Amino acid sequence: MTAGSAAPEGRPPGTPPAAAPGELPRRTPPALDARGLGKRYGRRWALADCTLTIPAGHVVGLVGPNGAGKTTLLNLATGMLEPTTGTVEVLGGAPASGADQLAKVGYVAQDTPVYAGLTVAEHLRLGAELNPGWDDELARGRIERLGLDQKLKAAKLSGGQRAQLALTLAIAKRPELLILDEPIARLDPLARREFLQLLMEATAEQELTVLMSSHLIADLERTCDYLIVLVAGRVVLAGQVDDLLASHHLLTGPRRDPATLPADQQVITASHVGRQSSLLVRTDKPVHDPAWTVANVDIEDLVLAYLSRAASA
Amino acid sequence: MAAALEADGLGKQYGRKWALADCTLTVPAGRVTGLVGPNGAGKTTLLNLATGMLAPTTGSIRVLGGVPGSGPAQLRKVGFVAQDTPTYAALSIADHLHFGAAANPGWDAGIASARIRALRLDPAQKAAKLSGGQRAQLALTMAIAKQPELLILDEPVASLDPLARREFLQALAETVAEQELSVVLSSHLVADIERVCDYLIVLVASRVRIAGEVTELLASHHLLTGPRSEEDSLPGDWEIIQASHVGRQTSLLVRAAGPVKKPGWAVDKVSLEDLVLGYMSQAAGGTTAGLLTGAAR
Amino acid sequence: MIWLTWRQFRAQAITAAAALAVLAIVLLVTGIGLAHAYNDAGLPGCHGGGCAGAASLFIDEAKANIYHLVFYAGVFLVYAAPALIGVFWGAPLITREIEAGTFRLAWNQSVTRRRWLAVKLGLIGLAAIATSGLLSLMVGWWSSPIYAAAQQAAGSNSLSISRLDPPMFGAQGIVPMGYAAFAFALGVTLGALIRRTVPAMAATLAVFAGVQLAWADVIRQHLIAPVRSLTPLNVSAINELSITSNQTMTVVAAAKVKSTAWVLSNQTLTSAGKPFTGPPTNACISGTTQQCNAWLASKHLQQLVSYQPASRFWEFQWYETAIFLAVGLALAALCSWLIRSKRIA
Repeated sequence: MTAGSAAPEGRPPGTPPAAAPGELPRRTPPALDARGLGKRYGRRWALADCTLTIPAGHVVGLVGPNGAGKTTLLNLATGMLEPTTGTVEVLGGAPASGADQLAKVGYVAQDTPVYAGLTVAEHLRLGAELNPGWDDELARGRIERLGLDQKLKAAKLSGGQRAQLALTLAIAKRPELLILDEPIARLDPLARREFLQLLMEATAEQELTVLMSSHLIADLERTCDYLIVLVAGRVVLAGQVDDLLASHHLLTGPRRDPATLPADQQVITASHVGRQSSLLVRTDKPVHDPAWTVANVDIEDLVLAYLSRAASA
Repeated sequence: MAAALEADGLGKQYGRKWALADCTLTVPAGRVTGLVGPNGAGKTTLLNLATGMLAPTTGSIRVLGGVPGSGPAQLRKVGFVAQDTPTYAALSIADHLHFGAAANPGWDAGIASARIRALRLDPAQKAAKLSGGQRAQLALTMAIAKQPELLILDEPVASLDPLARREFLQALAETVAEQELSVVLSSHLVADIERVCDYLIVLVASRVRIAGEVTELLASHHLLTGPRSEEDSLPGDWEIIQASHVGRQTSLLVRAAGPVKKPGWAVDKVSLEDLVLGYMSQAAGGTTAGLLTGAAR
Repeated sequence: MIWLTWRQFRAQAITAAAALAVLAIVLLVTGIGLAHAYNDAGLPGCHGGGCAGAASLFIDEAKANIYHLVFYAGVFLVYAAPALIGVFWGAPLITREIEAGTFRLAWNQSVTRRRWLAVKLGLIGLAAIATSGLLSLMVGWWSSPIYAAAQQAAGSNSLSISRLDPPMFGAQGIVPMGYAAFAFALGVTLGALIRRTVPAMAATLAVFAGVQLAWADVIRQHLIAPVRSLTPLNVSAINELSITSNQTMTVVAAAKVKSTAWVLSNQTLTSAGKPFTGPPTNACISGTTQQCNAWLASKHLQQLVSYQPASRFWEFQWYETAIFLAVGLALAALCSWLIRSKRIA
């Protein structure tokens, strides 16, 4: 981690560091800033017109159906792909634009690639050789805790162990932003729990922003404080989890045409059974209509509502 | 009634490595059984042995009373959806159904076409153009329309998105409700297993750690928190699955037949996930200190 | 980065070193025998007419022996080494990373892609050059008595092994190093373009072999303007005479150049400087050879020989090596651009 971008200890995530007297206040660049970002393969847009700002200091969950463009977005953010349209900046710099930029971003790709012919110890050596900020103690500590035999070739590791090794490489590099593409789908429940715990420890210990895509909402619910829902190449929902939960409500009441709701209540999904309607609405104001029973939503309800709205559209 | 699956001292060796060793387990018939365990526990090997895709190195396995893959009668009784839900990329959905009808005497074309319609899939579409979720649905349709007595599913939902996963599990639950069918489903997602399964087997390193009805398991396990204490000071009828000590406090996952009561101890219900994790980390041994507190939060 | 390059290249490097070692033993054992035979023939330091006979004898003897096989095997190996390097070291360098997905690991360390590639290309490229150079040196040492004897036998016309002739030239001196650098860079570049190992390997082999053939057959002779010698046709040296049914006559006489020269063309011209095509008279159609020769002599024909003298051997070697090295460097630059422009992934 470069000294200039290290934030003071103990400040709450997302708050800009206080400027020293006589110094111009320095704005913390967002973890990711995409403007009109798009990527086309042949005639198909994998990601289209994506405008998105992710503030630093969050654990960000990225959810969406298969093929929504999650991996494309992450690959653009790491510079593995070049955008067709628009721009993306990561921590204020162009992705993969140089050694400094690369040092700031850790990436664990979807299939958690490791070198089959290299041993665990050789992977750690690889990390040490290729990263100036390498934290060898951290890396060895993790491998030890995981009970991985350092002499074992990566080809002999299980899927979960490989994922853990890839994650260790990405964390011990001491990045400011850690990008994880479906890191937990292949892990068994125990490995998953350990992985998420480690992730939370790592974010608590170092000033780390995490951007993580996953299909497992329960796991995101446990770790993320910021949520992005991506459907068909577009961002349909983005924001802090608390804000999103506060602004979405589940309304149940007598059957009613959603079009008759107040203008500030945006209907996300509506289902009508018999004489009863259930609506998931988004509004910044409290819902006072006495005809409705108002219930809170959880992240799973929220995500599934946005996904099924997109699927039926 | 014969067990759906019965393995005795079952083992499978690849080169010098045992993918499954000395595995003895029984999967009851008429249940939806969830099979869960760490990566490398031998789940996929076990399911491949159960379908006759692999031949055992040692021991024996009987599926619905017969030898897996031993003949047309046996094959017809078992439906299998392999990991990654394989389909033929170049064949259309209709071609797949034709293939299913031609290859399975018990094929129910009505069920197959009704499911495809309900999924709003175009029968003329090639499998290569389907999404992961649609492919999984097609593979499930093929396995269901065969009208098997036992349906074996190897991590069918691992790569699906939340919506596709929910739809897949819903389809599975509906099928189970409509047809007399035993199901064995392996998955890493305990929440999904909790949603569809009524019987659970935790397999760690080829061994059955625990097996039983989900409701019974949940009723007989308890999460206890109390003053720090050593294991030998606790009641003898508590089978301690997992213990963790943080500061002056001890957290326990306990299995007990009767009601659990001890002054100074708080008793909590256990979730299926905590239960599974408890058994898995008991097997992993020591490397997971603090896990229980994480789970209890 | 150097460590990683070495670690990933280790197995191939060891294989190559082992192959070179085995070959060195074979060449050493047979080469000592060949050198003895050369000494026994009294050829070292021998000049003049007497040597030509002994040299011819020595070459004939070598041809009847195992040396014949070793000689051509050596030539083949020097040609094959760059091709193998291109196919097995070059082509998989990037495709292997793509196929295993590990480029996503490698390129997300704190090392730019450009440097990653530069170190790999540099180190393995140097190893490729060294391997081919060493091989050429070994084979060159082994076959030096044969080339020396060919030089000494020159003039007897009983054989012609020119060091400049296409099959032999590329198996000697420093050009194999140029080929190796080119083949390696070609393999890496095709790998970056094709992205799949086996097709990239096949394409590397095909393109490299095509370039080699075209180069030897068509391009090399133009690197330096050939020497043209125009002399009166010596009718007694005619060794080829043909008359076709449409009355076209072709006459070729032995070229009056050293047998070690690389003869590019040998034509018979009329006294006016046009290619001689007849028409033949009866003296040549139905007469004796003497009658025909007498008639040909009366026509004052000229012989135009275009050739590269053997003395230009090293000039050609340097030119060609430089060109292949330059093309190799250009391919490396292209490759660097290919992976930096994020066309992979």
